[in-house]
Amino acid sequence: MSTKDNWPTWEVFTQQKNGAAHEHAGNVHAPDAEMALLNARDVYGRRQEAVNIWVVPSVAITASTPEDMGPFFEPGNDKMYRWPNYYKTPEGIKQI
Amino acid sequence: METNIALYKYCVRIADTSLILAQRMCEWCGHGPILEEDIAMSNMGLDLIGQSRGFYSYAAKLESKGRTEDDIAYFRNEREFLNRCIVEQPNTNFAFTMMRSFLHGCLAYLQFRTLVKSKDDTIAGLSEKALKEMTYHVRHASEWIIRLGDGTDVSHEKVKEALENLWQFTDELFEMDEVDQALIKSGIACDISMLRAEWDQMVNEVLAKAKLERPLGGYQSKGGFNGAHTEHLGHLLSEMQYLPRAYPDAIW
Repeated sequence: MSTKDNWPTWEVFTQQKNGAAHEHAGNVHAPDAEMALLNARDVYGRRQEAVNIWVVPSVAITASTPEDMGPFFEPGNDKMYRWPNYYKTPEGIKQI
Repeated sequence: METNIALYKYCVRIADTSLILAQRMCEWCGHGPILEEDIAMSNMGLDLIGQSRGFYSYAAKLESKGRTEDDIAYFRNEREFLNRCIVEQPNTNFAFTMMRSFLHGCLAYLQFRTLVKSKDDTIAGLSEKALKEMTYHVRHASEWIIRLGDGTDVSHEKVKEALENLWQFTDELFEMDEVDQALIKSGIACDISMLRAEWDQMVNEVLAKAKLERPLGGYQSKGGFNGAHTEHLGHLLSEMQYLPRAYPDAIW
């Protein structure tokens, strides 16, 4: 949706230390990826919050909708066996 | 020339150049073309204030007359400021601001990169921090110049006009005198004339990508680093120095 008056938005993910997962920090406007990276640095990385930054065009993200909530997430409610803590650890076992 | 006197002046020249550009960058606060750039320009202004503080503090220490960094920044007049004239030029528009940052930034980057190896430990330490900041400022300004130059007709025209107007202040970036000579001999200062070829290369590369023609020759304005300024500095100082001069004991 890049038009002359309206730059696309980019989702910003920052990594707080080496090896950690990148976390969503927010978004920025920018005409292209390189400028998005610089803007992300200025808005979300200027206080040394990050060691690495990703920027992703917001349009590249496919999100679930509120209507999906029931079919997507609720069936999990009564299926406790999908949780590891549903299973009892056999006596004497230190690690599974 | 006595080393301490030369070193005082050398530090004040660097500090003044950073401070005056900082004041200009911070004038954008609340007026940036987009929120992200507004933050970026104020951020860079604050980087520059940090640089100037370091060099003013060191100058005050060398002078040992009991003055502080604030005294040097706020209680001198226009003719006592030793910044390069390019940084005092008004913001004009975003393209002009980026071009000013770019032309000055390339030199500042090269200068600090050389000063990291200064035999004076304080200068070397201050330069190490400044070098990282200037690396970013140059990258930011370069990316914009390329996009504006190779952008729309309007953006190209504006950045071209900025280049042509600012070019007259570029020779002054390389001006040196006995202050530099005295300190170059002792390995403290850097010989700025040796950086010209690399500066040319950095500038030419970005201008080519931006489809801008490098101006040829023309009038060159000089003298800022000895206190001869353009008409813009006085107005800038009257705003910057108003508060500490009106209320000399004010603290915050």
